[in-house]
Amino acid sequence: MMAMTHAGYIAAGWGGAAALVGAYAAWVLRRGRTLSRQVPPEERRWS
Amino acid sequence: MTSPTSTTVTGTPYGDGRAPDTPRAAGRVAPGNTGSRASRVLGILALGSIVLLVLYGLVWSPPDAEMADSVRLMYIHVPAASFLYAGCFITTVASAMWLRRRTPGWDALAGASAEISLLFAAITLGTGSLWGRPTWGTYWTWDARLTSTALLTALLVGYLALRRLDVDPTARSTRAAVLGLLLVPNVIIVNRSVEWWRSLHQRSTLVKLDPTIEGQMLVALMVGFLAVGLVFTWLLVHRFRVAWLEYQSERLDLDLALAERRAEAGHAGEARESTPA
Repeated sequence: MMAMTHAGYIAAGWGGAAALVGAYAAWVLRRGRTLSRQVPPEERRWS
Repeated sequence: MTSPTSTTVTGTPYGDGRAPDTPRAAGRVAPGNTGSRASRVLGILALGSIVLLVLYGLVWSPPDAEMADSVRLMYIHVPAASFLYAGCFITTVASAMWLRRRTPGWDALAGASAEISLLFAAITLGTGSLWGRPTWGTYWTWDARLTSTALLTALLVGYLALRRLDVDPTARSTRAAVLGLLLVPNVIIVNRSVEWWRSLHQRSTLVKLDPTIEGQMLVALMVGFLAVGLVFTWLLVHRFRVAWLEYQSERLDLDLALAERRAEAGHAGEARESTPA
């Protein structure tokens, strides 16, 4: 397999994007779980 | 209104999160998180498309004749920029609908979409800078496209800061909605900047029926649009539900505070009546 040119930039771009999206998704899921404990079931309209 | 103590499970008013599902009056089950069957299917599709994007973007597609392997950054950069535009469009439409209807769902959608747009703006600027260094020889230049994208990002930061002001919720949402209306005009400026001003940034390569990229690179870019689109939608669904829960939680806190004030006022009145003149 041929060596990839600009490998550092590509790794930083793809890795950075994955880390940002992953961290944000984890925060959203955690916050949703925390808030679900404070809100009555009637207001959680999705299932 | 449902009493907060009526469904106490384990110390917290509506379940402890580890027992995720609590029964709802209509016989259906209310989830203890922001997930649903549809969002789980969407999440699985998003993960599958990300795997496909990694394979196409990093393994199967060839390097470009001019940009060499740095073209692989475009498979994230271009879709992220496109969904940044889509997010701004959703925020502007939802802001307009909030100003017209004043229903909390539109306000929640506007806020959720703006936050995800900011995430995609960061990815767009980051991957663009990393692509610019080997291609243009610099991470940043005050080019029309780059500068207008930075201004759009600043506008999104301002919008989200406005949403966090500690003022009356209706006034706060109205002020944010007015700012939200400015997002789409800014997106038009960003999009047309390469046509209106002399720009280092390349012009659109996909809007024509005969795109200037082709073969495996075009397939990789299309897979990028699919993956980023599914991730955007999944995030929007969950963030919207979180925003809805935040609204309900704030409303419950307000109801509770009002009930306490009424009870205090009632006690004070009784005390006055029982005191001899």
